[in-house]
Amino acid sequence: MIPSAFDYAAPATVAEALGLLAAAGDDVKLLAGGQSLIPVMKLRLADPAMVIDLGRIGELSGVRDDGDALTIGAMTPHHQIATDPLIAAHVPLLAKAAATVADPQVRHRGTFGGALVHADPAGDLPAPVLAAEATFILAGPDGERRVAAADFFQGYFTTAVDDGEILTHIRVPKYTGWGAHYEKFTRVAQQWSIVAVAAMVRVEGGTIAEARIGLTNMASTPLRATAVEQALAGAPLTRETIAAASAHAAEGTDPASDLNGDAAYRRHLAEVLTKRAVIAAAGL
Amino acid sequence: MTTTEVGRARLRKEDAHLITGRSKYTDNITLPGMLHLAMVRSPFAHAKITSVDTAAAKSSPGVVAVLTGADVAAEQGSLPNVWPITPDQKAPAFPSIAVDEVAFAGEVVACIVARSAAAARDAVELVDVSYDELPVVMDLEEAFTDKVLAHSSLDSNLSATWVFDSGEAGTGKPIAAALASAEVLIERTFYQQRLIPAFMEPRSIVVDPTSEQITMWSSTQVPHILRLILALTLGIPESKVRVIAPDVGGGFGGKLTVIPEEFITLMAARRVGKPCKYTETRSESLQAGHHGRAQVQRLKLSATKDGIVTGLDVNLLADMGAYLGLIGSGIPILGAFMYNAIYKFPAYRLECNNIFTNKAWTGAYRGAGRPEATFAIERMMDELAVELGMDPLELREKNWIKHEEFPFTTVAGLEYDSGNYEAATAKALELFGYDALRAEQVRRRETNDPVQLGIGISTFTEMCGLAPSRVLGALSYAAGGWEHAQVRVLPTGNIEVITGSSPHGQGHETAWSQLVADRLGVPFENVEVLHGDTQSSPRGLDTYGSRSLTVGGMAVLAAADKVIEKARVVAAHMMEASQEDIEFADGKFSVRGTEQSTALGEIAFAVFSAHNLPDGFEPSLDSDATFDPQNFSFPHGTHLAAMEVDTETGQVTIRKYVCVDDVGVVVNPLIVEGQVHGGLAQGIAQALYEEAVYDDAGTLVTGSFVDYLVPSAPDLPHFTTARTETPSTTNQLGAKGVGEAGTIASTPAIVNGVLDAVRHLGVKDIKMPCSPSRVWAALEEAKMTGGVQ
Repeated sequence: MIPSAFDYAAPATVAEALGLLAAAGDDVKLLAGGQSLIPVMKLRLADPAMVIDLGRIGELSGVRDDGDALTIGAMTPHHQIATDPLIAAHVPLLAKAAATVADPQVRHRGTFGGALVHADPAGDLPAPVLAAEATFILAGPDGERRVAAADFFQGYFTTAVDDGEILTHIRVPKYTGWGAHYEKFTRVAQQWSIVAVAAMVRVEGGTIAEARIGLTNMASTPLRATAVEQALAGAPLTRETIAAASAHAAEGTDPASDLNGDAAYRRHLAEVLTKRAVIAAAGL
Repeated sequence: MTTTEVGRARLRKEDAHLITGRSKYTDNITLPGMLHLAMVRSPFAHAKITSVDTAAAKSSPGVVAVLTGADVAAEQGSLPNVWPITPDQKAPAFPSIAVDEVAFAGEVVACIVARSAAAARDAVELVDVSYDELPVVMDLEEAFTDKVLAHSSLDSNLSATWVFDSGEAGTGKPIAAALASAEVLIERTFYQQRLIPAFMEPRSIVVDPTSEQITMWSSTQVPHILRLILALTLGIPESKVRVIAPDVGGGFGGKLTVIPEEFITLMAARRVGKPCKYTETRSESLQAGHHGRAQVQRLKLSATKDGIVTGLDVNLLADMGAYLGLIGSGIPILGAFMYNAIYKFPAYRLECNNIFTNKAWTGAYRGAGRPEATFAIERMMDELAVELGMDPLELREKNWIKHEEFPFTTVAGLEYDSGNYEAATAKALELFGYDALRAEQVRRRETNDPVQLGIGISTFTEMCGLAPSRVLGALSYAAGGWEHAQVRVLPTGNIEVITGSSPHGQGHETAWSQLVADRLGVPFENVEVLHGDTQSSPRGLDTYGSRSLTVGGMAVLAAADKVIEKARVVAAHMMEASQEDIEFADGKFSVRGTEQSTALGEIAFAVFSAHNLPDGFEPSLDSDATFDPQNFSFPHGTHLAAMEVDTETGQVTIRKYVCVDDVGVVVNPLIVEGQVHGGLAQGIAQALYEEAVYDDAGTLVTGSFVDYLVPSAPDLPHFTTARTETPSTTNQLGAKGVGEAGTIASTPAIVNGVLDAVRHLGVKDIKMPCSPSRVWAALEEAKMTGGVQ
């Protein structure tokens, strides 16, 4: 479990990091919390010539209230996402999902932005961020650019972040007053999601006014369950309507088959877990 | 004997250094000038090696040497198998470094010796091995057909066929008649999936060749056996090899073997003349350490309509993997005597076919043959109960040996010395709340609850205390089953116990201290237990098969008794009394009927000074004893599992787990409790989580803990454990052994519970591990095929 030799730099600012990145060429990796990169380097599945450690850039960590949205630094650790009062008040879905990531050690080292850029389809943060219609803020040699969550995740371990760019912040609209739940299905406690469902609902009286549903590990990228969202919008708040709407959860999905289940099983799970996530989010 | 220590739940004296990080595992050892090894392993499951180019690796920075199979062909010999189960057993040569052909992915094809572990690892990628791939055979049943051969040097994948027939053995009736006249015949096939021992400390080896006597530290369960095998295989005089097993972080049978890497490290160290270290990565450990279970079990059970079993026929295919490990061939045979379990079957036959495949070789894994047997028969008893519409407990009770029938000679030829299945079962039922859970089960069925409830039963026994040497001889095992101990009395009266039972987490230091403290009447703290070094404990057969207390512990007591007899002679001399009048209690010798006494410590100093000893008395109290058991011991128990099955997802949850184990007399209840908990975790893991999976090309898919699912604390329920205590009559302590009980009993309890929850929905069987996807698929299939039976 010894990685190949590599050069290492730990810049103090984003500007400095961008400079190092530009100078390093193709064979470079950015190190955030290291909970994915370091294992793959130790297994020699990755052997970058250079590693740029973002851990000393203070401006990349923390949660800020920007009025109608929260701006979350990419280097904010999962533990902080799970416990931050602003997130709990305005986007509780993120807190609930972050609390299910791996184990306490990983949650203290692993970062929000690192997990999103890693873009593992079984990771627990992409689907909630997609459901929340967040905006990704990227710093690059030509300045800053913004990418909508719907455009950010492009495939297995692939995002809109270009060579030479760094994800600095994630801007998440406020969902104050919405109910939220992250329903994660695993075989053992510490495992990647086999399937998970991120749900937010806004209930008005006895009616579901709006819903946002994100699916984890149902394709090479996180997905929105738009058919479920549409079926729920304006529907009466009952278990029956939720169950009926959730029957659309697998539409448009393309899940993988592996040791934990084949695609048909995952499609079935998506329906069951969506029902459960929405019921929990709605407080039924 | 005044008993104050035996039965006391002492904290383990080993734990302070282990949990404060002061442990000394093999990988913690650093010697001056030490070099580091890394292995080049075959990515192919079956291939001819056409060339190995080491030039680039040899010129890599820090590399001292590169060894290939060809380089060591003359000296490496073949890793031995010491258990030829039949005279015509076939086995391919098992070189430490493959020379011409590899037969499983992960087999060593070259070894790098370098100045640092990093340099060795870097050079691995520079060794250019050319392979001609050969067809692979991965499936056990396919391998049995010989359509594809796992080794080009063999003309069949069949290593050996071993048969036990109660009619021929004279231990019961012939099976054919029983099956032919069966009123009810149950036929089932069970799959014992391949498991990986997954001990916490990966294997690690350090060899110091710089003295005339070579020293090897190894993370092994069997330092004594390793020393002998190294000497025999490499042609080194045994006296020139010292083996040390320092702190060893678990084994579960996975370190009850000798491994290619031990031989390679020794050969490398001898070549370069410097100490060498090899520590495997977790992936290497999963891929190239031996695996366990891996059997196909075909069973036929005949019975009368009122539920009396009349015969059992077992046909096994046992996956040896690519090679025969040290004792891999004998593992299924250890189970062969347990298929009749606690029952009075009149006829029994077992045929075992040991088969080669292109997978990692197999060997002992906690329970070793007995979990497989117990699973099969406990599943079959449930199947018969369903067939007869009988309560599964009632069926078991009809067939089990009653407590007044002990000692009982079974249809497999073993003499069970003691047991009380009625008592353990009654206690388990009470703790479980059996009737209430059955009522809830009915309620959930009637309301069509998405979460269904099932009750799983396992009434098990096992053979422990391996083993009477004569029995091992009759089974063609090369070694004996005795154990050695020495008790040394230091001049101050402190005691040193030397044990041949080399522990790897069991707590021998604590338990042996308790035994000796009681027997010699000395404080627990004054007893030091030494082990795991062939220099200080030269004789031993090590730790496996729940043998340590019932064999090694007896040797310790026998040695202590010899100390007392020697000291009695001196006591009589010192107190000018006749030996017959000397009594020993609480560490003191006294003259019967007088106030006169002398303590063991005083005698110890008198013997040390040797100024005034009886004529002809050899001035030492130190005593050796070697204990060879006359019979096995037979722990038993009743395990009950309440299982919830979420029929929407297939997720299985253990609602309640109760076990009542009868392990005989208990020395340390805390250690016993720990063994039960750990055993349960591993047995449950087989039922629900773990499986070594290979793809069709022969690559281990579950090559890391991401995919090989070892459960951790959050995945396991609170265990309700209790004991009954029916002493063994085959050893003077009355102990039976506990190391494997939980593993053996729990797997069938869990699976029986899962099936009981969903059988009314039409599910007949689910392969282990009962993963959510498999449970859901079984429910779906039952729906498709018409549901309720």
